[in-house]
Amino acid sequence: MLLLKLFWTFFFIGLFTFGGGYAVIGIIQSEVVFAKGWITESMFTNIVAVSQMTPGPVGLNCSTYVGYEVMKAAGASQTVASLGSFTSSIAIVLPSFIVMMMLVRFYTRFHETPVFKDVMSALKPTVAGLIGASALSLMLYINLGEGLSVIVENFPDWKAWVVFAASLGLYLTGKVGPISILAAGAVAGLLIY
Amino acid sequence: MCKFAGLPERFSRHLEMEKVSLWKIFAAFVKIGAFTIGGGYIMVPAIEAEMRRRRWISGDELPDIVAIAQSAPGLLTANMAIFAGYKLRGVAGSIVATLGCLLAPFVVILAIAMFFNSFSDNPYVIKIFSGVRPAAVALITGYFIRLTRRSHKLWQLAITACVLVLMVLLKVSAIYMILVTITGAVAVALLRQKRNGRNQRC
Repeated sequence: MLLLKLFWTFFFIGLFTFGGGYAVIGIIQSEVVFAKGWITESMFTNIVAVSQMTPGPVGLNCSTYVGYEVMKAAGASQTVASLGSFTSSIAIVLPSFIVMMMLVRFYTRFHETPVFKDVMSALKPTVAGLIGASALSLMLYINLGEGLSVIVENFPDWKAWVVFAASLGLYLTGKVGPISILAAGAVAGLLIY
Repeated sequence: MCKFAGLPERFSRHLEMEKVSLWKIFAAFVKIGAFTIGGGYIMVPAIEAEMRRRRWISGDELPDIVAIAQSAPGLLTANMAIFAGYKLRGVAGSIVATLGCLLAPFVVILAIAMFFNSFSDNPYVIKIFSGVRPAAVALITGYFIRLTRRSHKLWQLAITACVLVLMVLLKVSAIYMILVTITGAVAVALLRQKRNGRNQRC
């Protein structure tokens, strides 16, 4: 029965989060830790740390991990706990799937019409702005009242900025793909830290 | 033509020329899922590179995917995979793309949850990710630079600057930025139509 509750909880989290990434983390925390009390706060902090370090979107990693730990905390075996992982990760993408299907149909139906084309060409610079803001927020913490500071988790010292500059240069040449750049970053991390 | 139900003719014609196998879509998204750290927009350059390399998409289509993925609830990454998969092979394509990008994260997290209790304390893991994180930030910065290079008109740059300032300084949510842009663009388009006195459908 806990599996079913897990499913609904993550289904609603998926349905009501906009913006993804770190927004999802906050909602998962308020549901699973505060409202339901399924796992402890310190357990959750640990889960978030691992989610940020492993491949894949943070929100998804976090859901997968939370699904496992919730079942484990309720005394389930490893196999049943893996089922919890499966349930929570499927449940969080299911609402997106349903809504996206509607949006995609709308898009494919109207995307040749003049108004839709105008909307899309206006959205392009907006999306550029969103991506720029995201990039900036990963580098600097900017607050109107408090001024700005570097995000220490991503840029602990000057060596990190060197890796950043080198990767940016490589990417802008257009000759090296993102995956090779990330792999090079991993090797650089092993060597310089 | 109706094989690809719901797709306009231009697309289905394109797809009939080179029908992408579901397996290839799955493999591409496994790769994308495995190499995204942090999620969200960090995924965008990886998706673009993969899809362009395979000639599944033209450079101008990706902002459409991002805008629509951002308008749906849930995880941006999954939404982009759903859309990209749908464009390639309809509903089956989107299911396969979603499952593909879920696979690697799922396996890794499960392994960690089962066997490595101190994963985040492991010195090698810490070293690797200290190098990967600035590289990931560089990718998304680079993608932003490439997007702004593509916009040649002043009004486009003005919108980008506005969004950047509103989001960074006032922390306005992305979904509002999209909604306001859509509303504004529809209003401008309708006004223009009215002024031109043309009676176009929709």
